[in-house]
Amino acid sequence: MPVKKESSEKGAGLIEWQYPVKYGVAKEVITDVLVLGGGLAGLSAAMGAAKKGMKVALVEKGCISHAGCGGAGIDHWHEATTNPASKVSPEEYTQATIEALGRYNCGIGQYIACRESYDTLLELEKLGMKIRDSEDEFKGAPFRDEKTKFIFAYDYKNSYCITIWGTGMKGALGRGCRELGVEIFERVNAQSLLTEGGKQGGRVVGAIGLNVRTGELIIFRAKATIICTSGETRLWYFSSEQRSIYTNQKPGQIAGEGWTAAWRVGAEFSLFEKSVPLNTGGLAGVDMVPFSGGFWDAEWRACTMVDATGKEIPWFDRDGNPITGVTQRNMPAAGQKFFLPNLFAHPRGISPADKEVLRKYAEPYQMKGMHKRIANGELVPPLYADLPSMPEPERRVVFGLHIGEEGKTKIFYRYLTAAGFDPDKHMLEFNPVAMLPRARTFGFNSGGLVPDWNLRTNLEGLYAAGASLLSGGGAAYSCCTGQYAGRKAAEYAASAAEPVVDRKQLDREKERIYAPIRRKSGIDWKEFNLGINKVMQVYCGDIRNEESLKVGLKWLDELKEQEVTQVYARNPHELGRALESLNLVNMAEMVIHASLARKASSAWLNFFRSDCPKVDPPEWRKWITTKLDGDKVKVGELPIDYWGELKKNYEAHCGL
Amino acid sequence: MSKEKVYAVQNLSTPSRCVTFDENICDGCNICIQHCQMDVLHPNPVKGKPPIVLYPDECWYGGCCVKECPKGREGAIRLNWPLMLTMRWKDKKTGEHYRFRMKNPPPPNPRLPSGGWRPHSEYFKPEK
Repeated sequence: MPVKKESSEKGAGLIEWQYPVKYGVAKEVITDVLVLGGGLAGLSAAMGAAKKGMKVALVEKGCISHAGCGGAGIDHWHEATTNPASKVSPEEYTQATIEALGRYNCGIGQYIACRESYDTLLELEKLGMKIRDSEDEFKGAPFRDEKTKFIFAYDYKNSYCITIWGTGMKGALGRGCRELGVEIFERVNAQSLLTEGGKQGGRVVGAIGLNVRTGELIIFRAKATIICTSGETRLWYFSSEQRSIYTNQKPGQIAGEGWTAAWRVGAEFSLFEKSVPLNTGGLAGVDMVPFSGGFWDAEWRACTMVDATGKEIPWFDRDGNPITGVTQRNMPAAGQKFFLPNLFAHPRGISPADKEVLRKYAEPYQMKGMHKRIANGELVPPLYADLPSMPEPERRVVFGLHIGEEGKTKIFYRYLTAAGFDPDKHMLEFNPVAMLPRARTFGFNSGGLVPDWNLRTNLEGLYAAGASLLSGGGAAYSCCTGQYAGRKAAEYAASAAEPVVDRKQLDREKERIYAPIRRKSGIDWKEFNLGINKVMQVYCGDIRNEESLKVGLKWLDELKEQEVTQVYARNPHELGRALESLNLVNMAEMVIHASLARKASSAWLNFFRSDCPKVDPPEWRKWITTKLDGDKVKVGELPIDYWGELKKNYEAHCGL
Repeated sequence: MSKEKVYAVQNLSTPSRCVTFDENICDGCNICIQHCQMDVLHPNPVKGKPPIVLYPDECWYGGCCVKECPKGREGAIRLNWPLMLTMRWKDKKTGEHYRFRMKNPPPPNPRLPSGGWRPHSEYFKPEK
């Protein structure tokens, strides 16, 4: 099939598709455990299951060397509460994060991460990832433990977050998988889950994948399946020009297809009503450096910042007392045991009692009200990261380690230094920017699959790990829950019956998957994607209301009737993108239904209903769950601490 | 006026030149294609020639292609940040302003990042 050569070269013509096209061909793969997603959670889950002697297949729509939210690199390894220098226990840390998120943080994954984070890190070291300053580059720095040679970020006194050279993480996990004999299928987009008898709510017995280069289908028959995919990157907002602003860590093909596949077969979700305004300014309302330059509150923490006239922006402790010295920016306040990193999303409108809870864990901060101060002339933009004024180890750890190891910053470091940037002399520009009107994103600790202590979903045979879990996410979290889910799925698979797939379901899914290539013209996937965005912005934006949410559903139905049947694809690549965009309809429905089900506003969830204006009434401090039941949505609820006693339940289930 | 031919060219969505290749250095090994998350690049029908940038507006600027290119340091492949999002900085002492890829840039800073430039794929190779 000829395709248009879309390059900027003058006179570009048509070229033949360079991969063999195998539409309609279906290969079958039989395995014990199937892992969907080749990011940090997926590779870890595959290792966890393979260590138990299972045959494991892993499906990734990109390539495992860089796939996933943490695929490009990682600088901070959180939750390392059991490392020898840590002064915070797993129980304390888990409790703190639960409280500091208004209790909307699932304790199961969080506690697993706290218990296993450090051991998992040591395993990564064995697989070749650098986790210590063994060359003594940072010797004597206030954030270094001289005995272990670990260097720490955030709370230097309590040392629970280790700075790592995480651009080696994907390689290390890839090596782990290879050594354990995991079979890896790259460029395969897992589209649908298969269930026993093809029934919604039935045991999950595998998945169908589409090769996005050849168009070939792969039918995976598996005793257990683990969803390790991540969520939304283009539900409210989609712009190729500005993409990297809002997908700092996630490439645009992370479209939430693991979730939508699980949704269609009746898996149970929660917290999809939570989202945050899409802030191009990252976390503090200060723009991250364009394209790949890291977050001001994470990678650049705690760099000195000055305005255009050279005026330094002061730091304060949680109580508003001015802080002097760079090290103090990473120390708890007087009388505070420890602080939590990134409590940046201080929700607006929370009760005084909730404010007091936040204060307990609040970190030192830079002067607030940046926009107001610029408007009244107190500060002159742009602002600059004043690296030259920093002590050398602090400067180097920001620009040279955080910037270098986190996300896409390695390439950023390379080009910026090649262009002459020298942190000893130069100050990098930052811009305070506004939020994009109406555009939103899930943000951190957002919705996902509801797990039990086996990290199993409500469906037999279906497990979840990493960012696919309820309020889950983060590198250490993903690796730890990945291994745990791998172990539990393996335990189940060891005695599970042979998986039998349903022919009729296969035929249905085949029909759905190939529909766009049967059309020669119609609607391009990008136009369709933007159409979904508009519905979400207008009907499911900052302020929601039963009436407008229902109208939003109506327009989604209309899209299904009309445009879904017109989206076309001219080659396997476009087919993959088209399916991603089509699946967004389901994700939009998941969000709208979750928003309808929570009949109370919540500052913690950044969720405001004009018809239910009372903010965080105590009777609504609970998990609202949604799942498909036929073509209706079934709403349920769980107590906010449904996981019970953390330590006891973990030890009873962890399988270690 | 020159007699150069004028073409009607399809209007591309931007950014449209996320990566560019130096045909004199790139030998068309296609390793960059293997490591591109978004499958932006497509093999050139002519063997030995650089890949075709088929889906430039899907690039997420991760630089995987540049990092993994065996001839990346020699300049076989280059990532081009869109102009709209160019990085800017200034000299603390002199107050002089700079930006990425300017006409008269300051000299390159040769300091490597902590841990050096190791590409991800190195780890996948079996132990020696």
